[in-house]
Amino acid sequence: MDGLNIPLNHILLVSSLLFSIGMLGLMIRRNIIFILMSLEVMLNAAALAFVAAGAHWGQPDGQVVFMLILTVAAAEVAVGLGLVLQVQKRFKTLDMDHANRMQG
Amino acid sequence: MLEIVFFYIASTVALMATVMAMTRANAIHALIYLIVSLLAVAVIFFLIGAPFAAALEIVIYAGAIMVLFVFVIMMLNLGEKGDKQERQWLQPSIWAGPAILSTVLLIELVIVISQTSGPVSVTAVSAKQVGLSLFGPYVLAVEIASMLLLAGLVGSFHLGRRYLERDNLEKQGGQ
Repeated sequence: MDGLNIPLNHILLVSSLLFSIGMLGLMIRRNIIFILMSLEVMLNAAALAFVAAGAHWGQPDGQVVFMLILTVAAAEVAVGLGLVLQVQKRFKTLDMDHANRMQG
Repeated sequence: MLEIVFFYIASTVALMATVMAMTRANAIHALIYLIVSLLAVAVIFFLIGAPFAAALEIVIYAGAIMVLFVFVIMMLNLGEKGDKQERQWLQPSIWAGPAILSTVLLIELVIVISQTSGPVSVTAVSAKQVGLSLFGPYVLAVEIASMLLLAGLVGSFHLGRRYLERDNLEKQGGQ
């Protein structure tokens, strides 16, 4: 339970690897659902970096920022999935390239 | 000692599950891998002395947010056709360029991170400390977060309601 001596830079390394994988997924996918999933992975990686930094200094601030990131992720995914339903309804596809014009 | 071994195991599981989630063609399979990845990150939170963050990660991320994804995927009902289209989009010629670019960024990040050092703290940060901090110096942030959630609620209700209404209108028009 106590983080005895896990090196901080290894945790940050895991966090940056997760962030890069999420960014790669964001760039290679055209399906809007997978794009939202990649965004979740990237937010989660950022949250891991915050909690690791908070644990490094033994302060609760890292976990406070983690909770704020959680709030942002929840609100973003609720609105994003509402938009997914609209895109599917209007264009009959989930391809983001079909939804690149306003007033589509 | 055991914590360190567990940390490396959990990190490996998280990274592999995330890679699998990003490369699946079927949305539900990707979602299951993503849940495994989030659970592994929760284990990491627990090991570095943040048990409250670990509990929130499981309850809200792996629970609530992923259930939202499952509901939307079920409503869309993509089926075999969607899988085929995804496989067609996932060609090496499409993902090679982004892979190179994000690898370059990853190398930069790793070089910057390798200059930091030091272990994480020995004492765990308890939920009580987090709560005192949330409603002490961060109380304005909590208020703004509640406003953000309200905006998200109204926005998703608006988008979803129009989806349902138009469905009904089309049904009436067809009759």
